[in-house]
Amino acid sequence: MTHVLLRHRDIPEINRLEVYQKNGGFEAFKNAVTKMKPSEVTEVVKNSGLRGRGGAGFPTGMKWAFIDNKNWPHYVVANADESEPGTFKDREIMESNPFQFLEGVAIASYAVGANAAYVYLRGEFWQVAAFLDEKIAEMENAGYLGKNLFGTDYSLKIHTHLGAGAYICGEETAMLESLEGKRGQPRVRPPFPPSYGLYGKPTIVNNVETLTNVPLILANGADWYKNMGTADSAGVKIFSLSGRVRKPGNYELPFGATFRELIYTHGGGVQDSRKVKAIMPAGASSSLILVDDEKVLDTPMDYASVRTLGADLGSASVIVVDDTVSMDWLINKTVHFFRHESCGKCTTCREGTYWMSHLTERIHEGRASRADVDLLLNVAKQMQGKCLCALGEFSTMAVVTGIERFRQDFDKAVKSNS
Amino acid sequence: MSLAEKYPKEVKQILAKYPPEHKRSAVMPLLYLAQREEGYITKAAMQDIAHMLDITETDVVSIVGFYTLYHDKKEGKYRLQVCTDLPCALRGAEEFLENLCGNLGIKIGETTPDGLITLEAVMCLAACDKAPMFQTQGPDGIKYHEHMTVDKTMELIEALKTSTGEAK
Repeated sequence: MTHVLLRHRDIPEINRLEVYQKNGGFEAFKNAVTKMKPSEVTEVVKNSGLRGRGGAGFPTGMKWAFIDNKNWPHYVVANADESEPGTFKDREIMESNPFQFLEGVAIASYAVGANAAYVYLRGEFWQVAAFLDEKIAEMENAGYLGKNLFGTDYSLKIHTHLGAGAYICGEETAMLESLEGKRGQPRVRPPFPPSYGLYGKPTIVNNVETLTNVPLILANGADWYKNMGTADSAGVKIFSLSGRVRKPGNYELPFGATFRELIYTHGGGVQDSRKVKAIMPAGASSSLILVDDEKVLDTPMDYASVRTLGADLGSASVIVVDDTVSMDWLINKTVHFFRHESCGKCTTCREGTYWMSHLTERIHEGRASRADVDLLLNVAKQMQGKCLCALGEFSTMAVVTGIERFRQDFDKAVKSNS
Repeated sequence: MSLAEKYPKEVKQILAKYPPEHKRSAVMPLLYLAQREEGYITKAAMQDIAHMLDITETDVVSIVGFYTLYHDKKEGKYRLQVCTDLPCALRGAEEFLENLCGNLGIKIGETTPDGLITLEAVMCLAACDKAPMFQTQGPDGIKYHEHMTVDKTMELIEALKTSTGEAK
């Protein structure tokens, strides 16, 4: 299969400007700026069916169309905070196919009338940011960024901005707060960023993978993109495969490929030929899919189909859990992650993750009774629907589905006389 | 010496990234700059940055406290930060860290007697397919080390001992 996003796997050295140019690079951006109205660009993206790849799956073109044209200036922020445990796709794109991503940023900026765009990278991507800075400078020298692009009156600057180690900054309003030089804590929404974003100005925040789709959608047309994938999930997706598989890594597949295809055909199967016990399709934020029947593995990976298994596809960071793993250990891991990453702004999440972590620890260490498992489930369910942002909600997903779908693991972990 | 006197070129470049009326946005890159040499941010540097950006010292302190990659205490020259989150843990990260502790003779959070390495367990670093892995945070920035073994890590530490830490 020819890749749409991981094109460096087909075209060596596509991270060099001249190689990218030779393969049609920047033609879509040039064509948009010189021959299309911004609203026409948005229309193509809307018609392509592209949805946000950061996890929420919101239609990208619709988001762009929400930009408030009564309030200026506008900004574009590329979300390169990639911090969901199990996700490692954006880094590969930025390191290996950086110009396609940056061209996507440029096209999005033109479509929404932004003259400045920021790429917000997680602080750990220090080397990636330095690399992108070089690539941005090369684009400036070649006339793809700067003033009066292609002889028009459109100008654009792209800047990188490094975070400093906070998962919550992947939440778009927390990211904007952080970019404004504040602690990365989410804002109360609405208003949403397309009307009130960076510095209170209309802002579009898109994930790296989302933006990387855009140049080829413009070059090949909305129908070309829509014809890949499924009816509700158009196009291709990078699946980050991790956990107990033989060949973990990023695999770009059309939506609708099955879990079996990903895990067995591409991932080489489960380590030590064990059985798949559970799948987390959206990283640590995921509900646990119970794999008690081989048929589950034949489920197509698209937004609608994964929902029928009681989970969300999210960012498609597929963590494979085999039958050597006990769920009391697993949720102790995820809850500690969320407790550490809770920003502390809302009480539900700050206190909820704290108390859940005490319970998961006690259960995992064999110091708990059956009543503690029920209490944990109770606390998790009480948190749901009461958090300021998705982080708090996410912290409960593995806990609730872990206890409800794998109760036997918890019965084994608690004291036998309880 | 103030940050602007010490690194005039870098400070200018950083401030140019943001609209002049929103210069507060520069606080994060300036904190990285302040941390570059000693591996931690002094109270004086925080005051300096607050002054430069017209914000309060409390604002700056709260930002240093919020983000895990800023430090306000001197520790080892290099922080060796091992990811032990779920995907890495499913691929042997916890055993790796335990063995590394044994080899270095220190516990998680401690520093080697020569002051070279502070060992830390950290949250997901987005390299789940290359576990066990860690990053080093030191005078030359942040670097990833993937598909690691204890032997390879001990070799790396030997190399860090002899390097000046200034090389890019």
